[in-house]
Formats: sequence, C-alpha cells, structure tokens
Amino acid sequence: MTTLTDPPLESFRLSMLFNDTRYRSFTFQAIALVLLVFAIGYLTSNLLANLRAQGLQLGFNFLSEPAGYDINQRLIDYTSQSSHARAAIVGVLNTLLVAALACLMATVFGVAAGVLRLSKNWLISKLMAFYVEIFRNIPVLIWIIIIFTIMTAVMPGPRSYLGEDPESNLLLGLFAFTNRGIYGPAPIWGAGSGVVIAVFVASIIGIFAYRRYAKHVLYSSGQMLPTGWPTLALLILPTVLAFFMMGQPIGLDLPDPLANRFNLRGGTQIGAPLIALWFALSIYTGAFIAENVRAGIQAVSKGQTEAASALGLRPNRTMNLVVLPQALRVIIPPLISQYLNITKNSSLAIVVGYADITATLGGITLNQTGRAIECVLLLMLFYLTISLSISAVMNVYNNSVALKER
Amino acid sequence: MSDTQQHSVAFVRTEAIPEREPPYTASGPLKWMKDNLFATPFNGILTIVAVYLIYMILSSALPWMLNGIWTTSSLAECRTVLDGAVGACFSVLTERWNQLLFGFKYPSELYWRPGLAFMLLFVAIAPVLFFDLPRKLLIFTGLYPFIAYYLVWGGAIGVPLVALAGCVAGAVFYQSFVARNFALGFLGGVIAAFVTWYIGGLFIPDGANNTAWMRAVPSRDLGGFMLNMMLGVTCVSLSLPLGIALALGRQSSMPLIKVICVVFIEFIRGVPLITLLFVASVMLAYFFPPDSTVDLFLRVVIMITVFSAAYIAEVIRGGLAALPKGQYEGADSLGLDYAQATRLIILPQALKISIPGIVNVAVGLFKDTTLVSVISMFDLVGMIRGPILASTAWNGVYWELLGFAAVLFFVVCYGISQYSQWLERRLATDHR
Repeated sequence: MTTLTDPPLESFRLSMLFNDTRYRSFTFQAIALVLLVFAIGYLTSNLLANLRAQGLQLGFNFLSEPAGYDINQRLIDYTSQSSHARAAIVGVLNTLLVAALACLMATVFGVAAGVLRLSKNWLISKLMAFYVEIFRNIPVLIWIIIIFTIMTAVMPGPRSYLGEDPESNLLLGLFAFTNRGIYGPAPIWGAGSGVVIAVFVASIIGIFAYRRYAKHVLYSSGQMLPTGWPTLALLILPTVLAFFMMGQPIGLDLPDPLANRFNLRGGTQIGAPLIALWFALSIYTGAFIAENVRAGIQAVSKGQTEAASALGLRPNRTMNLVVLPQALRVIIPPLISQYLNITKNSSLAIVVGYADITATLGGITLNQTGRAIECVLLLMLFYLTISLSISAVMNVYNNSVALKER
Repeated sequence: MSDTQQHSVAFVRTEAIPEREPPYTASGPLKWMKDNLFATPFNGILTIVAVYLIYMILSSALPWMLNGIWTTSSLAECRTVLDGAVGACFSVLTERWNQLLFGFKYPSELYWRPGLAFMLLFVAIAPVLFFDLPRKLLIFTGLYPFIAYYLVWGGAIGVPLVALAGCVAGAVFYQSFVARNFALGFLGGVIAAFVTWYIGGLFIPDGANNTAWMRAVPSRDLGGFMLNMMLGVTCVSLSLPLGIALALGRQSSMPLIKVICVVFIEFIRGVPLITLLFVASVMLAYFFPPDSTVDLFLRVVIMITVFSAAYIAEVIRGGLAALPKGQYEGADSLGLDYAQATRLIILPQALKISIPGIVNVAVGLFKDTTLVSVISMFDLVGMIRGPILASTAWNGVYWELLGFAAVLFFVVCYGISQYSQWLERRLATDHR
C-alpha cells in the first residue's frame, strides 16, 4: 500500500516569473501596466509642454461665450448671441434628427429591396441586386455630394414659384421643391386641437389593444378575428369625427407665392442640406440593410415554409407567422449596428453644411475659439455615449430573443 | 389478353403518335417571360413599372453619355461645341486626368514614379491573393513597401535601405530564436530592428534629400486617387497585425490586458472616423514631442490604421469564437504552449474564417479614405470639390467628375468583393 504525498513545495525562484505559468501572467500584466503608465505619462508631458509653449490652457469656459454664428436649420431657439454650448446642443439635436429620419427611411428602403431581391420576378430581383451593389461599393461621401448637387443644381430657385404667374406650380398646392429645400404646409394649432390629438393617441392605443385581444381569441379558441379593416377604421374614424366635432381646430399654413418678392413665405422649410444628407444616408445604408434582410430570410430553413404550407397556412400567413419571427432574430442585431453606422456617418453633414454636432462644435466653434482638444474630446464623448447606449439596447434585445436552449 | 381486347375495344392504337411541339406559350422566351416576369398580376405590374423606370433612366443618360465631348479645354468651349444639344463634357476628365490621379502639386515630370509603384503593387499582391503562384514571389512582396516608398517619395536611398535592413535584422533574429521561445524571438527581433534603425540613421547625412538622385517629394504634395490608394493599402496592411494583437488581447485571460484592449476597441468603434481625422489634423500634434514635426499624411495614416484595427479585431474575435473548443483543447493536449498553439493551430483557422469580414472592413476602409477631403487633403473627392470645380474653366461640371469618382471606386470595391467570394469558395474545406 503506497500513499500519495504532495511533491515537496518548491521555493520561489525569480526565474519562475517567466517560466512558470502560474506567475507568468502577473509578470506580463505588470509589464503592460508599466508600459501603459509610461505611455500616458509621456503623452501628457508632451501635451503640457506643447500647451505651455503656445501659452494655452485647457478649460471649458469658452462654451459660455457667445457663439457669433448663425444656424439655419434648428429645432430650438438660437441666435448668433447664444453661447457655444447652446450651438452644440442645436447640433446634437440636428444629429439626432437626421439620424432618426435616416434610420426610418433606410429601414423602408432596405426591407423593400431585401424582400424584392428574393422575388421570383427576374427583372425585379436583378434590379435590386444592381441597386445593392451600386450603393454598397461607392463611398457614402460621394453619394452625399451627388444628392446635394441634385438638390442645389437641378431644382429651380424659390423665385420660380413666386408671383401671379409662376414658372413652376406648387405640388398639390402644398409643396414647393426648390434649391434651398422643400417648402411645405405647417399646422396651425387652434383651440380644441388638444382634444383631437388626444383622440388620435387614444385610437392608436385602441388598435394595439384590439390586436392583442384578437391574438388572445385566436390562441384560446382558434377563431380568427379580422384585423385589417378594424385597424384602419380605428385609426381614421375617431380622429376625423373629433376634428369636425371640435369645429376644425387645426388649420394649415401654406407656403405663399405672393407674400414676398424674393422668397416663399409661410409654411415650414426643410433645408436642402438636411434632405441631401437624409436621403443619401438612407439610400446608402438601405443597400446594406437589404443584404441583412435577405440573409435573415434565407437563414430560415426551407423546411419551416414547407411545414407551414403542410399545415395549410397561406403564403402571406406563412410569412407573417412562421418566417418573419424567425428571420427577425437574425436581422435585428445587424440592423441596429447599421443604425449606429447611420448615426456615425451623419457626421459627414459638415460636407453639405448641415449644422450637426460635428459642424457646430467640431467645425465653427473649434475654428473660432481654437480650442481643438476640448472640442474634439466633447465631440467624441457625445458619439461614444450614443454608441454605447445603442449597444446596450442591442445586448438587452439579443438576450431576450436568444434561443432558449435546454 | 390481346384477343379479348381486340373483341371488346373498338380501336386500339398500336404505335405512338409523333411528339408535337409544345404550345408556344409553354416553351421558349414566352414561357420564360410568363414564369419570370408575369407570374401573378402583381408581378406583372412590378415588371412594367421596372421597365418604365429603366427606360426613363436610360433615355436620359444614354444620349448624354454617347454625345459626350472629350477634347475641349473648358466648359464654355464644350457648350459651344454641343450647341444646345444634350451631351456630357468628359473633356474635364481628359484635361485634368493627371490632377485626378496624382493631385495638383505632384511634380508632373515625376508622374512615372507613382505610376510604376502602382503597377508593381499588382506584382506584389499577386502571390498574396493567389496561392498557385510561385512562393518565391513573396520575396518581392516583402521588398515592395520599401520600393514603393522610394518611388513615391524619392529622396535619399539610405532611408528605405536602413528601414529594410532593420526589418531583415529583426526577421533573422526572430527566425533563429522563435523555435526556442516565442517571447524571446519576438521581443529580440523588435529590439534588433530598432538597434539597426538607430545605427543606420547615424549614417544618413542631414541634407541627403536635397542631393539625392531621385528628387524628394514632400507628403503634402501627394493627392488625387493615388492618395486614396496609398492610404487604403498602407492602413489595411498595417492594421492587420494590430487587429490580430487586439483580438488576442481581448480573448486573453489576463484581466488587465483584456480591459486595455476592450476599452481601446470600444472607444474607437464608438466614434466616427471624422472625429479621429480631426484628432489627426488638429489634436495629435499636441501629443508629440514639442520640437518634432510629424507630417499630416503620417498622422492620418496612424489614425486610420488605429480605426480599422479596432474593426478588424472584432472580425477576428468572431473568427476565434467560431473555432470549435476542441481545437483549443487539442492544442493543449499536444503540449503546445500559448504562443505555439496560437501561431500553429488557432490563428490559421480563425483567420480563414474571418477572411470575408476582413475584406468587408478593407472595402469599407478604402471607401472611407475619401473622408480625408474633409480635413483639406486633396484626395480624389477633395480634388473634385476643391481645385477642379473651383477653377473658372470647369465650374459646373458636376456629373462627369462625380460619376468618374463613383466609377473608379465601384470598380475597385466590386473587384475586391468578387475576389473575396472567390476566395471563400476556394478555401471551403468542409463538405457541403
């Protein structure tokens, strides 16, 4: 009978720091830490020496000084006497505006192109493949410039809409497409318009409630309630009723060709830079989303479709109930990272003169105040916040849809 | 049997009827159209709309292109020749061809140098792209960066020679010690390279550039499509090793290394390239020693390399994660240490999985090199938007120029993505 004893403990030797896997990782991390501290220290000392040589001091006081430049496209009040900080906020809102608009439209383009590319129609699928390849392989910067050029060089000036007998007429009497942007009607909120809006919101909630109820009935009794026309009716009827019962409180302020001799007055205006950026980002990213959608639909195995038809589901029901829920799990993560790309690519606004955060804080403010380090740091911080929050949302979603495996 | 039939059935045909042609709606182009274009009424409507759209685009674009003028010297002259007819003015491309390709400052008598470097690029990357070519060609690939540097920038031949000597010294040291210990070979190789560069630098006299046989061209004179190509090729090749290192670091079991890599990657991926280019143009100079001058081209190369390295790291991390766990365990059970297992077992397979992703990053990066026009470098887009459209002769020739830029980028990017698909099929070793 032999007994096992532990091998005699080796005393620690210095060479074990490199040769023994138990200690080696500590050695490497210590070296990395020293190198990191050294690098940061070196860069900081360079920075301080350079700042001293140029007589500069870091600080964010410049943000409260008046900006002194105008911004055409803005969502909140702003004058050239407002502070740099307010200009930056205008820029932030503009970035978010164009990103949100472009995300919506890119999704529409992308889903349409992705689904149509799988169409049995030869011409349509080839056309969509053409669209995807053309737009994916040419830089977005070139697309932004091309669409901006279309906006500014091809569209007529606002003057052609003016006067008693204009060269161009308003589309439907509502919209004017000019090289300065699109002029359209603006709503005028009268007394009682709050009720109309409340009814509209309530009817949307009602639609969701009804659909939930229909689903409940379907799952519990197998009886299928119609959802198409009740949704439409719920959406339109109550709001229209409320609109007329309150005495038509919401009016339209139309662009007026006669009010002014040089420009269209009245209504709202969406500037050409915003439209160019919006459209270019949407159509460019749409091509990428189309590929994601196609990959997602193709990832659902054909057996699923066949099983659904074997159960007697009709094609569009197969799509809605069987293929799409499974495809969405594949589509949504890359879709969200495309949204992130849109937000980051919206920084190209500076090329067409749209006042987003890069153009205000990183452009004019930086050039006027010379505060390069502060401005660029703030700019990065903003984009980093957006990216990290979108990634956080994506992680939550991924965890919620991940296949629950046994 | 046949007897009963003869009596009970009035007539039985005894030979087959000759086959008839199928009806014309069930074969040939008509059937194809019915199946593929007009299968359902909705499909038919889609087809008609698509045909109308294509007709609209072609009917306006084709006459414009076919009627193009190639030989005038200004837009006004072009309009006189066209005399009111629809037509493109492609003469801006022929007249400004050199500017579009090389920028407006590169000395015109030296155009052959970047041209030759561009031709040699194909020789250099051919053995990397196609495995059937003789492996000896890889020697030229290794020499190419130094040749290309010398051709494009010119100046003292000592600079690329010393750089090459350093790399050779490092490689020789690495080769002779890596079998014993990877860390020793790697670190020793790096140190050997630096020592060689330092000693070699002492031999290059200060004013060597002015007396050089090949005239020196400063980086700020580079421009045009050449700048896009140079940024794209340099940054992709530099960011590959950096990306691999970052990906391995992110997978590491050492918490400090892992944290450093994660923070770095997420930070870079979280900000747009434009802000990094702002860093290169206005901020990076503050972090260099006070009396040093690092030119804008180098600063931009640093920032774009860092940018694409973060993206490549994520792609390679995907490849590392996709590798079956058995590969890691198999390497361990053979007694390989971390460096050996990574070098011989893990990376070759992980990189193979990541090739499509890496190519995607490379294509995206090449497209993104156009952003340098925002920080007033005159690349292809910068040339078009700046000197050419602003000149009195060509003010207003948008479509020809932008279309040219678009076609150039399309050809390169589409070519790369087709190559990547070919490579994927080629490398597919699993049985499908």
